[in-house]
Amino acid sequence: MTLVLEQLLNGVQYGVMLFLLAAGLTLIFGIMGVINLAHGSLYMVGAYAAAVVAAKTGSLWLALPAGLAAAAAVGMAMELVVLRRLYDRDHLDQVLATFALILIFNQAVTILAGRQPLFVAAPAALNGSIEIVAGLTYPIYRLAVIAVGLVVAIGLYLLVNRTRAGMLVRAGATHRDMVRALGVDIRLLYTAVFGLGALLAGLAGVMAGPLLAVQVGMGEQILIMTFVVVVIGGVGSIRGAFFGALVVGVVDTLLRAFLPGLLRQVMSGPEADALGAGLSSMGVYLLMAIVLLIRPKGLFPAHA
Amino acid sequence: MPDAPQRSFAALAGVAALMAALIALPFLAKWAGQPALIPLASRILIYAIAAASLNLALGYGGMVSFGHAAFFGLGGYVVGVLYQAYVGDARVFGLFPGTNQLLVTLPLAMLVSGALALAIGALSLRTAGVQFIMITLAFAQMLFYLFVSLKAYGGDDGLIVRRRNVLFDLDARDDATFYFFCLAAATLVFVALWRIVVSRFGLILGGLRQNETRMEAIGVAPYRYKLAAFVLSGMGAGLAGALMANLLRFVSPDMLHWTKSGELMIMVILGGVGTLFGPLLGAAAFIALETFLTAWTEHWQLALGPILLVVVLFTRGGLHALLARLSGRRS
Amino acid sequence: MTLLAIAGLQKRFGGLVATDDVSLEVQAGEVHALIGPNGAGKTTLIAQLIGQLAHDGGEIRLDGERIDALAAHQRVRRGLARTFQITQLLTDYSVLDNVALAVQARQGHSFRFLREARREASLRAPALALVAEAGLAARAGARVADLSQGERKQLELAVALATGPRLLLLDEPMAGLGPAESAAMVEALARLKGRIAMLLVEHDMDAVFALADRVSVLVYGRLVATGAPQAIRDDARVRDAYLGSGDA
Repeated sequence: MTLVLEQLLNGVQYGVMLFLLAAGLTLIFGIMGVINLAHGSLYMVGAYAAAVVAAKTGSLWLALPAGLAAAAAVGMAMELVVLRRLYDRDHLDQVLATFALILIFNQAVTILAGRQPLFVAAPAALNGSIEIVAGLTYPIYRLAVIAVGLVVAIGLYLLVNRTRAGMLVRAGATHRDMVRALGVDIRLLYTAVFGLGALLAGLAGVMAGPLLAVQVGMGEQILIMTFVVVVIGGVGSIRGAFFGALVVGVVDTLLRAFLPGLLRQVMSGPEADALGAGLSSMGVYLLMAIVLLIRPKGLFPAHA
Repeated sequence: MPDAPQRSFAALAGVAALMAALIALPFLAKWAGQPALIPLASRILIYAIAAASLNLALGYGGMVSFGHAAFFGLGGYVVGVLYQAYVGDARVFGLFPGTNQLLVTLPLAMLVSGALALAIGALSLRTAGVQFIMITLAFAQMLFYLFVSLKAYGGDDGLIVRRRNVLFDLDARDDATFYFFCLAAATLVFVALWRIVVSRFGLILGGLRQNETRMEAIGVAPYRYKLAAFVLSGMGAGLAGALMANLLRFVSPDMLHWTKSGELMIMVILGGVGTLFGPLLGAAAFIALETFLTAWTEHWQLALGPILLVVVLFTRGGLHALLARLSGRRS
Repeated sequence: MTLLAIAGLQKRFGGLVATDDVSLEVQAGEVHALIGPNGAGKTTLIAQLIGQLAHDGGEIRLDGERIDALAAHQRVRRGLARTFQITQLLTDYSVLDNVALAVQARQGHSFRFLREARREASLRAPALALVAEAGLAARAGARVADLSQGERKQLELAVALATGPRLLLLDEPMAGLGPAESAAMVEALARLKGRIAMLLVEHDMDAVFALADRVSVLVYGRLVATGAPQAIRDDARVRDAYLGSGDA
């Protein structure tokens, strides 16, 4: 039972990371109509900037603002230079142009930081584990990640639902032309939304440092999962991104944790492990396919 | 502006010249002491088949598939699995014997990939827009992870096809022989695509891309035509994958990876979406870039990225449109 | 003889009732005009009749046969055709291609992969005749993207006719046309009158009274009156709801 609870927490923690990326991606797609494959690159930029600063200064508290600033700056530059030209293009051009951005970012980071993965230690204050329930100790750092994710989710919810800027963002996701017609400086809104999305992606990247190896390619891995989340949740919907992220995070984590074991009951060890790994990787894609077949616009579509 | 007969004559002459150049290529390469160019040219032809097939769905039909690596890779695995059974004297799924006969493996690869495209297309075409892009990607990823996990077919490492398939008694160990196999296949595919896009079916498909509402209003049921085009497109990609497994004498989950889907899309865009020879141009340009830039720097993708960006952002219609504009200016 | 019979048709969008218990008949060969202020639900009604929008209740019969469960393309094959207020044409194709494709759809042989469709006389000849009838013979080879608004409206009609309809649903065929173009359209429709039944949605009252055998008035999704043109002109309720509003 504690094993299930532990994996459940791992799933929530993964889901929270996915949410940080998916929230930005779904807003960018919902409001500007751009499929941005390079969103994962912002996550990578955040992670690298934090890792490098942490290695130089030894402080993750300095690394945090560095990672956030780097991701936001790169993100806004990306919007100004490339994405702005893609708003009125079809999806195909957007996919290709942002795919090109991935290639550029990956190679640039390889040149700047090398091919060796970087490792980042969690800050001392968050080291160690605590016992949450009897028999289950859990790393404090992971709990902190979950907490940060939930705080961001609540903050975003308030921002989108309780402020004027948020009203414009919501209106932009459902009635793009109306917002344009209102005379709102749409360019400013776009850049701001993009900056916010980049900031959240950067935050996810910074927090990923102590959990995973920081390496080239980390962006694409999580990007595809993020798209799965956005599509399951419904394009343009923050609420959809949140529930989608938790579902994907938990399902993926539980399958990986328990499917090989279940398969081992019926077949030999190595084969069960390989098949279990494969099948559990397929799980979320299967989930997405099923959701889309039942609800072609996702669970909480913003464009009704 | 030249009138229609003149134009079609010019087009015919262009195609004849291209054909002549492609036939002469291996001889010229040997004569020039550059035999390594021959497998490179085979690679271009194979990718041209895959990209042209994708273009039928993507360019002519307006279905942006981000999962064509599934059909490409599966075609490769058909060759690999049949070969494994052939050398091991085993039965595939315990049902039928393996083979190394090209005339069996290639059509079978097309059939299997076509069947997969039928299943994926039938489900995916219930969605549109970004959901369609993502659901095709999702299905391809499922297949990727399935093959990664199938230890019987090599898992991560894939399958080695020690010797290329044979055409009756003619073996294709010689690169030039295999090149001609590829050229024959590519010729057939391009002729077939050319006929398809000007046929009744092709006009319906183009109409659906332009305005589905209009097509319904004249009594056309969109789904079946789009699905048929998707299946044909998947079959072509499967054929390309089967040839690729022969060229490399190796098949692995890499062929199923989503970046492969991306590369095929790049070739289509680079060459020109919705044009017959665009994908050939795109494949040639992509492979040439990759080859020359790799020789120049290990960070070749850093150069490819900006080139791609410029093509997408500034040359509407890709290389095909660029060439058309240049030749138009001349005449 | 009744060609189209609508009974108790209902359509809601959330809280908004777009079609409220509409019952209406169109006789064979009749021109039945449907008028009403903007937002009355006329276009919504046409979309439900052709099957591009699902209705919530009621039934639609063509020649006595219920068609409301059929998909749009099936209804078209049973003899229903529509034009669009905002033209829906294949803009990359030529004028002739647009009509020929409708001829092809009517023939029903579209899973043919090898013969060049643009050289098939069985498609091109009837299409060319329709293009000429629409006054577009000189523009047959032009791309639709290069046509004027008036030419596009004529082409809309030609494409609809190419499907071989028994009943034409016309959604504001004169909208956006100049006086000369409008007159040409009225003339084109007058030529069809008697051969093909029409449900004509139109704001141009001169055109309506020139063409219609009967007129129905739709207000907020409800049918408020049906009758001969003169009777409708004299109906006080209609004047209040519509004609008196200065919209005409």
